[in-house]
Amino acid sequence: MPILTSPASNESAFLAEQFDDIEQQRDAARLGMWIFLATEVLFFGGLFLGYTIYRFTYGHVFMETSRRLDVVLGGTNTAVLLVSSLLMAFAVRAAQLDQRRALVRLLLGTALLGCVFMSIKMVEYHKDYVEHLVPGTHFEWTGADLSNAELFFWIYFAMTGLHAIHVTVGIGVLLVLALLAWRGKFAKGNYNPVEVSGLYWHFVDIVWVFLFPLLYLVGHR
Amino acid sequence: MKTATEIDIRTEGQMARTHYLNVDLGVKSWLLTTDHKRIGILYLWTILIFFVIASVAAAMMRLELLTPQGDLVTNETYNKLFTIHGVLMVWFFLIPSIPAVLGNFAIPMMIGARDVAFPKLNLLSWYIFVAGGALALWSLIHGGVDTGWTFYTPYSTTYANSHVISMAAGVFVAGFSSIITGMNFMTTIHKMRAPGLTWFRLPLFIWSMYATSLILVLATPVLAITLALMSVERFWGVGIFDPKLGGDPVLFQHLFWFYSHPAVYIMILPGMGVISELITCFSRKQIFGYGFVAAASMAIAILGFVVWGHHMFVSSQSVYAGMVFSILSFLVAVPSAIKVFNWTATLHKGSISFQTPMLYALGFIGLFTIGGMTGLFLATLAVDVHVHDSYFVIAHFHYIMVGGMVMAFMGGLHYWWPKITGRLYPEFAGKLAAMITFIGFNLTFFPQFILGYLGMPRRYHAYPPEFQLFNVLSTAGASILGIGYLLPLIYFLWSLKFGRVAGPNPWRATGLEWQTASPPPKHNFEKTPVVTTRPYSYSAQEDADLNLASV
Repeated sequence: MPILTSPASNESAFLAEQFDDIEQQRDAARLGMWIFLATEVLFFGGLFLGYTIYRFTYGHVFMETSRRLDVVLGGTNTAVLLVSSLLMAFAVRAAQLDQRRALVRLLLGTALLGCVFMSIKMVEYHKDYVEHLVPGTHFEWTGADLSNAELFFWIYFAMTGLHAIHVTVGIGVLLVLALLAWRGKFAKGNYNPVEVSGLYWHFVDIVWVFLFPLLYLVGHR
Repeated sequence: MKTATEIDIRTEGQMARTHYLNVDLGVKSWLLTTDHKRIGILYLWTILIFFVIASVAAAMMRLELLTPQGDLVTNETYNKLFTIHGVLMVWFFLIPSIPAVLGNFAIPMMIGARDVAFPKLNLLSWYIFVAGGALALWSLIHGGVDTGWTFYTPYSTTYANSHVISMAAGVFVAGFSSIITGMNFMTTIHKMRAPGLTWFRLPLFIWSMYATSLILVLATPVLAITLALMSVERFWGVGIFDPKLGGDPVLFQHLFWFYSHPAVYIMILPGMGVISELITCFSRKQIFGYGFVAAASMAIAILGFVVWGHHMFVSSQSVYAGMVFSILSFLVAVPSAIKVFNWTATLHKGSISFQTPMLYALGFIGLFTIGGMTGLFLATLAVDVHVHDSYFVIAHFHYIMVGGMVMAFMGGLHYWWPKITGRLYPEFAGKLAAMITFIGFNLTFFPQFILGYLGMPRRYHAYPPEFQLFNVLSTAGASILGIGYLLPLIYFLWSLKFGRVAGPNPWRATGLEWQTASPPPKHNFEKTPVVTTRPYSYSAQEDADLNLASV
């Protein structure tokens, strides 16, 4: 990807005092975000490990319980997030090319799709609640392996819940970015914040790409 | 690497010029600072508070154990005492000690940078740390926690009748401060090095802090998710560690130790880095086997991630897994031993001077060696079954964490104190405190090896009368150790006002941090230094000094 370097006179405005030049600042921000994402992978990793172990132990129960999740809603949400990531990629490009209007629109579009994702997720959670699939005293299951089924739904809520928190944080970041972009804060080569936020948004998207088959599709052949 | 600052100006005028301590004044200038040096000092005060609280808990435990009967505190209070001691010492003192205090202060200067890569995040990490500490203290004030610092399920999720969630939340929150610090250090070391400062010209302290940061970044999130899952399970009544649902409580132990064993290396690697600096400086010699010492730090960080199973030899782990973890645990001893051998070889034919930091460094080598060797006993499957959960384990990890890390922290604090404050601590008092600490430490913890081997289990407030002799010795040692820690607190505070002015480089050390004034200016260097040589070029400097016929 070509990196656009702007004239030095414009750089001093947003070059932090600890850096020598803008390239060092950009490199540092990118590396910092990648390290943070490595942290996030391990944060989710604990839950993925739990899932793997219990799926291995209670495989047939997980297949049965997985069928109770709504594949259509889950699939729609997958598509929504993938498209939002595409818009985010365009937004980063728009920031690099210093296209303010396009940047604002693309950031808002990405945030909007994030909101669509969350709305569909809430509809799903409500459906699960009505069907008594929320673990705890409210939980009801007619099959044989009641307790193991409850374990599956516990993991389902923990994983999708943690993911939903990340989506919500991401929407907040995108809205702030859109506001700053509208004020022209990312002009003349200062696209760094948009770029690293983009990395975060893609990460959130990728986590869902793993969650969707593991939770929704394991029961289907 | 000689510059104009080598000319010592040990006058009060040196203190009156503008530097990072007097450039801005007032509480607000400290609470909103983004200067890595000031943030290091903020951390120093904060961890001092936690150290004092956790020490008081330890003192009460030692007092209780003076007699075989449980007469000073009830067994429930005793459970809370060792929990608060463990939680505060591990997460609120040891883990931030060298990284967040000395690392924050020294890393940017040692690599010739003006600040860390993300100064605002650096300040944020301190606020997060304080918030986590406040939650832990809230839990303590409202009655404390009795699970031990390990929070094992199902006791913590179901049976414990204490403030588990708020304490776990405190640790969870403080974890993010660790993650931010680690991320900041890694980025800083990668991207902010001065011109000419290649990876193999880095001081070994930087290598060890890089290895530590790797662990902070990759292990801490696993602890975070584990404690979150445990707390949610306790709150919600069901969860993934719950056997009623077909969950496995031992999964908690796996996840917990996947963090907490690497965390043991967070609590020793920074100390090893400090020792490398001290040994070279006070034997006036190039480090023996630079590459090996640097690589050993990375090897410890990486191997540290694959040995967690040795905490579960008796927790229903399969014998085959136990054997694999046993072998891997033995392997970690290799890079650790490489370091000890290289330090010893560095001392060989050096011109050694026994100043306070060096006394701590020599103490470290001896105590760390004992701690490391007894670790091999514990990594042996059959021996571990005998001494598991006994005072042998307690003695072992205190030799590493206190005999190792705290000695190194004290050594490093004395070494960089003139740089931090611009003034020298009184040398005689310093030497005395180092000796008292060494003697007190050994008297406290060596008897515990014997106690453990004879079969005294940890975490009990009463014990059979035949164990009393060693417990009395241990308690007596603890009171001596207490004086060893109190003394530096007094003379450090004294030196702030009355200490001799240090000048830029009182130890005639080679690192970049010694080429700038003490205390350093706000952005560390008047002019970005350029590095042309390997670190620790001590003999060359010695010759130059002789030519100048100075001091």
